Amino acid sequence: MDRSGRLGLWVLAAALVAVPGWTQTTGSFTPIGALDLSGNWAPLFQEDQPERIPGPELVNYAGLPITEGARLWAESWDASRLTLPEHQCQVHVAPYIYRGPLNLRVWSEKDPQSQQVIAIKQYISTYEQTRTIWMDGRPHPSLNAAHTWMGFSTGKWEGGILTVYTTHIKQGWIRRDGLPESDQATLIEHFIRHDNHLTHVSIVTDPVYLTEPLIKTQDFLLNMQEGQNWLYPCEYVEEVSGRPKGAVPNYLPGQNPFLHEYADRYHLPLEAVLGGAETMYPEYQLKLKKETIGAVSK
Amino acid sequence: MRSASSRIALLMAGAAALAAAQSARVPPPAPTGDLDVLPVQGNVYMIAGAGGNITVQIGEMGVLVVDTGLGSMSGKVIAAVRKLSNKPLQYIVNTHFHQDHTGGNEAIRKAGVTITGANVTGNLTDARVGAQIIAHENVLDRMSAPTGKQAPTPADSWPTETYTSGQKEVFFNDEPVQVIYQPAAHTDGDSLVFFRRSDVISTGDIFVTTSFPFLDLEHGGSIQGEIDALNRILDLTIPKHDEEGGTYVIPGHGRICDEFDVVEYRDMVTIIRDRVQAAIKKGMTLEQVKEAGYTKDYDVRYDTKTGFGSAASFIEAVYKSLSRKK
Repeated sequence: MDRSGRLGLWVLAAALVAVPGWTQTTGSFTPIGALDLSGNWAPLFQEDQPERIPGPELVNYAGLPITEGARLWAESWDASRLTLPEHQCQVHVAPYIYRGPLNLRVWSEKDPQSQQVIAIKQYISTYEQTRTIWMDGRPHPSLNAAHTWMGFSTGKWEGGILTVYTTHIKQGWIRRDGLPESDQATLIEHFIRHDNHLTHVSIVTDPVYLTEPLIKTQDFLLNMQEGQNWLYPCEYVEEVSGRPKGAVPNYLPGQNPFLHEYADRYHLPLEAVLGGAETMYPEYQLKLKKETIGAVSK
Repeated sequence: MRSASSRIALLMAGAAALAAAQSARVPPPAPTGDLDVLPVQGNVYMIAGAGGNITVQIGEMGVLVVDTGLGSMSGKVIAAVRKLSNKPLQYIVNTHFHQDHTGGNEAIRKAGVTITGANVTGNLTDARVGAQIIAHENVLDRMSAPTGKQAPTPADSWPTETYTSGQKEVFFNDEPVQVIYQPAAHTDGDSLVFFRRSDVISTGDIFVTTSFPFLDLEHGGSIQGEIDALNRILDLTIPKHDEEGGTYVIPGHGRICDEFDVVEYRDMVTIIRDRVQAAIKKGMTLEQVKEAGYTKDYDVRYDTKTGFGSAASFIEAVYKSLSRKK
């Protein structure tokens, strides 16, 4: 899509914001268009499969609107950090957890007196995470409250779309090759159901490590077979014996041995795989072509 | 591949929600003067907004507070504590001597009482001298002065019960409370306070979520002591499930945390220490190290730009601490 087309979309989207919606909180128990999302949902991996199943390659940050700080953070990240006892059971944060293998069970919790939905709950099999999406209009907690892997979520129905706003998320990653997401990140989600198909849109805003919101989608199919919610016990063990107490594996600046690996393997310019907002857009391909032609002609 | 029209719809929905989120965001921190009182776990609460965080433990026997905030906030702090409990305020524990943690000692002490033994009956002759103030001996040294010299703080704010060895133990409100010395960390008089039944640790400024560590080298702080202290917190904390919950941690400044929050902070401090250590080995000067940008990956999150906890002051302190002759 060209720049003017994208601009048009954003203008249209901004116009939609003018419709009062998010402020409609207390008393919005029976919103128009609310659907039942209950059931077991199995993920489809046709989208972004290489990142989601085998996992991303090291120093592949292409197409992500990361800050320079995020890049430095990731370049100093040694995968061996995950062998530290305190990192072994580290959970994927809410903005990331839907990307991997998981089964998702959704149900509603209703007030026994009024039968109105108080919360939509989700059990995510990976790391045995339970999410609560409050639908009763309660406010988000104080900034001084604790953060959790799944954060604090409130939701509302916008037509047939469940829109969820989440704060109080722990520090995590936006890609599991060391790209960080800070504990200041917030998340907007849309759960869109079409019959037995569920599309999940996630929009992460991180003032620390992203220069633009990061938008991703994942799809799920309703799974009628029961017994799909795995357990996922995690108990740390000593993976590296003799490591000095308090040591934190990391690469010193400029010493990451994998810096060029991905770029070299796929014959890509290093600057492209190092990411940044510019690398998200089609125009970047033209820029690279021009630079390549320019370099060759010199 | 998703169709173009559905991608457009998703984009529109995303943009709308983004903008909505801007307006629905959690409000910014309360202006100075407003206290934020939060339950933490068990008998323990946190009061934020009075300078350094204040920890409050309540129960049948009375009230114990860890740190007292700025002196100017004492009236509000006492009122907040009284809303939590009307039992006698018996103990104050100071995690270190800085004014934003001890400034309220005098007023809050006067609002409390010392009871000599929980099972004493009859006339309690010393029950009106105010609460006891527990701290490491070095806190008293920093707050007081030898006879004949001007002390930096009033005598009524000084610790009344000091310890010099590894820890001080108190059993209060049906709960063992350990006051654990951490040498040469943020200062030379730091204590962690571990509420063992509530499973909460109050860390003072050894751990904060609002800035880089402030290493007060002038008063005995050091980078290795700071890292050792962070690792000690990790030794004490046990998460409930997958690095979440279980033992909660009240930092000197900032929000309530658990083990994993301390882990990420410990990682950061250790990584920056490693970078500066390597630079010193290469013979780099302090100015060169400052120029190298060794905190850049954490600056947006933790750099306060000026004063305590800024990237510049932290890097300088790490460099000087590591350069000291052993």
